[in-house]
Amino acid sequence: MSFLTLDHVSHHYFSKDGYTKALHDISFSLKEGEFVSLLGPSGCGKSTILSIIAGIMKQTQGKVLLENKDIQESALAIGYMLQQDYLFPWKNIIDNVLLGPKIHNKPTVELKETAIQLLQEVGLKGVQDQYPTSLSGGMRQRVALVRTLIYDPKILLLDEPFSALDYQTKLKLEDLVGKLLKNYHKTAILVTHDIGEAIAMSDRILVMNANPGSIAKVFEVPIEIRQNPPLDARKHPKYQPLFDKIWEELDSREGDKK
Amino acid sequence: MKSDQQLFDSYLKERKKEKKIVLIWQFFILIMFFALWEIASRLYWIDPLLFSSPSRIFTSLIGRFANGSMFSHLSVTLFETILGFIIGTLGGILLATLLWSFTRFSKIMDPYIVVLNAMPKVALGPIIIVALGPGYLSIIAMGFLVSVIITTINIFSAYNEVDPNYSKVLKSFGATRWQCFKEAVFPATMPTMISTLKVNVGLSWVGVIVGEYLVSKQGLGYLIIYGFQVFDFTLVMSSLVLIAILAAIMYKVVEGIERWLIKHAH
Repeated sequence: MSFLTLDHVSHHYFSKDGYTKALHDISFSLKEGEFVSLLGPSGCGKSTILSIIAGIMKQTQGKVLLENKDIQESALAIGYMLQQDYLFPWKNIIDNVLLGPKIHNKPTVELKETAIQLLQEVGLKGVQDQYPTSLSGGMRQRVALVRTLIYDPKILLLDEPFSALDYQTKLKLEDLVGKLLKNYHKTAILVTHDIGEAIAMSDRILVMNANPGSIAKVFEVPIEIRQNPPLDARKHPKYQPLFDKIWEELDSREGDKK
Repeated sequence: MKSDQQLFDSYLKERKKEKKIVLIWQFFILIMFFALWEIASRLYWIDPLLFSSPSRIFTSLIGRFANGSMFSHLSVTLFETILGFIIGTLGGILLATLLWSFTRFSKIMDPYIVVLNAMPKVALGPIIIVALGPGYLSIIAMGFLVSVIITTINIFSAYNEVDPNYSKVLKSFGATRWQCFKEAVFPATMPTMISTLKVNVGLSWVGVIVGEYLVSKQGLGYLIIYGFQVFDFTLVMSSLVLIAILAAIMYKVVEGIERWLIKHAH
């Protein structure tokens, strides 16, 4: 049974000078625990898809269903990680992490233990009383990850969360996120323009077209690659052929435009 | 070869020296100003009847403080200014919050706010006196009116400039618009609010002094007008000196509050 379904979803942005069609007839579905990447040039509406799934925007056409219920009515928690960490600088780390429960007026005393434990799990011990400014970029993004996970979201939306980090930090975080998602059996959608990252992390890759955003091609990542953590996946013999195939696909689309 | 500590020590010494030079100059200018004034007045370079002199102002102030009259004028003006300042600032924050809460309301109000802001508020003085009567209330209202609109505009635009991604994070947790305001928009605007406080100190003084010009029988603004009418310019100058000192103190206090808030805002 599919867990999340996008059924002929289109989205328009309106302004007084006219409209832009950001998404055209997007249909795909995810099984529970599946990891899917959206790969494509900038401006192809990848982030728009995530905003719609997160319930921040409403699509202009089509349906988005989570466990067969309209996403706007669904009470299932959704975690959203942005390109930058967007930790609140006036809150300390623990308050940042417990933001989700606070919004839902859930008692945070017990969750505090869980939070500290999760922070430890991502390699941040004893930082709970510090403020975001005293942490490095990689540490901050890990705090943002914990903030997303603490509320036990059913789906994780990752909007290029590693793109603002230096290469080494990025690889380490990819490994960490991959491991955590597998352990907690989370469903996730990753938006990226990094082909390697998409292959190393996901089960399926949807390559997108721009103007308007639509799905051009779907690539299945071979099971052998999937079984490896992201860092090792890049060394797998089947990695490079898939990389080349996706590269060709993206390159040909760029060629069409010229 | 100097050691690290020696280098640091000489840096500190350099800093101290610089600070001292600046301070000496500041005192020098102050003393020169009053000395020149005094000399110019005694030698009739300027008319002492019109411009008075520091020594006359000093004796006049001593006398008026001694018999208690100055203190009552001073406290009335101070009370009015502080109240006008507080109400103006809080009112501005409240209005800005209202505008932010109701997007349509802010669109509707836009032209009216532009007009109110462009209008010199002190021109409303006579209307306010007619409406609220010649007393404290009118003067406090003037202090309030001068600062409230500009506060509203500044804070409202600061609300709108808060990075929308903070709200995006909150909305992904299912936050309502009010929760976004409480958790992200309002705290992110704190620095703007604090800097608005400083501007409002000056504005409230303008409102209150003008208000006292127009109507009152008490206060420093009243003393200025009264001194002007009876040709006692020593009194006018004394009041001006007091206003300068009080406004500076108030500004410093607000600055202290600012520093405290920044330190304890977390």
